[in-house]
Amino acid sequence: MAIIALSGASARRHLEPVRRKSTTSIYAMVMLLTLVLAGSILVAIGLGSAVVPPPDTARYLWAAVTGGDITAEELTRYQIIWNIRTPRVLLAAAVGAGLAAVGTAIQALVRNPLADPYILGVSSGASVGAVVVSLFGALSVLGIYAVSVGAFLGALVATSLVYLIAYGRVGVTPLKLVLTGVALSFGFQAIMSVLIYFTPTAESTSMVLFWTMGSFGAATWGSLPVVIAVVLTGILALRRYSRPLDVMSLGDESAASLGINTTAIRKSLFVLTAVMTGAMVAVSGAIGFVGLVIPHITRMIIGATHAKLLLIAPFIGAILMVWVDLLARTMVAPRELPLGVLTALIGVPVFIVLMQRRGYVFGGR
Amino acid sequence: MELAFHDVHVEIRGKRLLSELNLRIDAGEVLGLVGPNGSGKSTALRCAYRALRPSAGVVRVAGGDIQQLNLRESAQQVAALTQEGGSDFDFTVSEVVAFGRTPHHRGNEPLTRREQKLCEQAMDQVDILHLADRGILELSGGEKQRVLIARALVQEPKVLILDEPTNHLDIRHQIELLAMVRRSELTVVLVLHDLNLAAATCDRLGVLSGGNLVAVGTPQHVLTPDLLLDVFGINATVVAHPLTNAPQVLFALDAAAPPTPAITRNERSNK
Repeated sequence: MAIIALSGASARRHLEPVRRKSTTSIYAMVMLLTLVLAGSILVAIGLGSAVVPPPDTARYLWAAVTGGDITAEELTRYQIIWNIRTPRVLLAAAVGAGLAAVGTAIQALVRNPLADPYILGVSSGASVGAVVVSLFGALSVLGIYAVSVGAFLGALVATSLVYLIAYGRVGVTPLKLVLTGVALSFGFQAIMSVLIYFTPTAESTSMVLFWTMGSFGAATWGSLPVVIAVVLTGILALRRYSRPLDVMSLGDESAASLGINTTAIRKSLFVLTAVMTGAMVAVSGAIGFVGLVIPHITRMIIGATHAKLLLIAPFIGAILMVWVDLLARTMVAPRELPLGVLTALIGVPVFIVLMQRRGYVFGGR
Repeated sequence: MELAFHDVHVEIRGKRLLSELNLRIDAGEVLGLVGPNGSGKSTALRCAYRALRPSAGVVRVAGGDIQQLNLRESAQQVAALTQEGGSDFDFTVSEVVAFGRTPHHRGNEPLTRREQKLCEQAMDQVDILHLADRGILELSGGEKQRVLIARALVQEPKVLILDEPTNHLDIRHQIELLAMVRRSELTVVLVLHDLNLAAATCDRLGVLSGGNLVAVGTPQHVLTPDLLLDVFGINATVVAHPLTNAPQVLFALDAAAPPTPAITRNERSNK
């Protein structure tokens, strides 16, 4: 390294090795989180109006996967476990992981600590799409998937609109994206309200509640594989952008001087996060707070580099979501609490405590 | 010749920021750009570190047109300290310094042992090794500036661009930083507001006014009372430093010139 002739003083000083947190601790953390997640899923599948102990739950799941035998009197419990609870809990885990990952990426993408996966209009666009489909019977050829597909299309239309409007002659700036997203979200919410107001049906209230607060009650084995596939490939794809996401937080000019093409990367990430969020919203509605808070909580624990964040945050999001969903369907059974209520109830205090304890900073003090 | 501006012209939304800049910087040379606010200094630098594409003209590094390189390739040749401070996130100091290696990687692979060593040496050079595990957002302005210098150094560039590197630094750290720049074997282009520090640091100075390069040459040649009056609109006395013989600009508050010369000059050149 001949970049600079060392001055006498600094050359004489002994070069101490820089302390760095070992990468092994990250892998240990991943192992631990995997175990916790697996355990949480098993427990959550067993709990509900009919309680099944974890060993039995495991046995039923094993039987379902390997085609083993169960006794006739266990059939009802088996069906509850396999056909109702398992897809629901797995969906909760997938959506929790996806929201945490997308939230992490979006906050870096738009350089805003208040950003969440829905900030660019995805959820409000999805709700308009879903309401249009269910009220006017569009896309009816798709049968039971019509509403989900409508929501997904609505989400994509909304984000495309946001992008096209925010894209000026000088390119998309993060602030312009956020402002356009927020403004259009209000517009879409207004459209949804008007639609529901003028076409009141018996399902109107529950429909509004579903799209604004979220629920995993609609989980089926039919839609689950698609969502899991989108979320998993999405997270892997996001992880490929770890270093650009790090560097982009230094500012666009610094990023350019470090060889990062922010315009191109923003565009790819925009599409990626829109597809992921659209797929999740289509099956679970808009579950607030997870995509906002989990990235911050994860940063407080393991630091800000995205290679680590995009590995750990999905686990934390998945685990939290499994437990939140369990509470939502057991606390006031047989009724269900909207997920958004619980994520806020749990997330807000955890966030405040962590923020005060760790002296967490985002964007300066 | 390491870095060259050929007829570089920058116009943004009909506003001309830089007109036909022609400037060559030799390998190992330290060239300072001085001039009033809005004279096009940062604009010229931004063309060299690819934050801005010139409306016309060519910027060459080691003979090649940098617009022909992708951003990654040009970032291997040109490192920059921009006026953007810090980061959105609380990265550790050693993480921010390691970002300097970004143009040398394609994916997200971790740093090699050589690169880790490089980062440590750079941090030692700017005296921030003791801050390695601290969060970037808790540093003082001066510490942060040194972190960004270290980041530029580990980029192993041929050309180092510094846009007001002494911002937020106290006088000791200003002198230390510029002494380090002076000792380096890099080709350096820097914008400085302090004319005396510029005279002490640079082999040559380029003077910009209203987007035009109005003078270029050694500090002795460039920093004359006439030019200071003409470009900056100030009445100043220029003396030779008793030890180094570098020109030093002295001011007296009540000797301020009427502001007309510089302003009319700028307006004329904008038309």
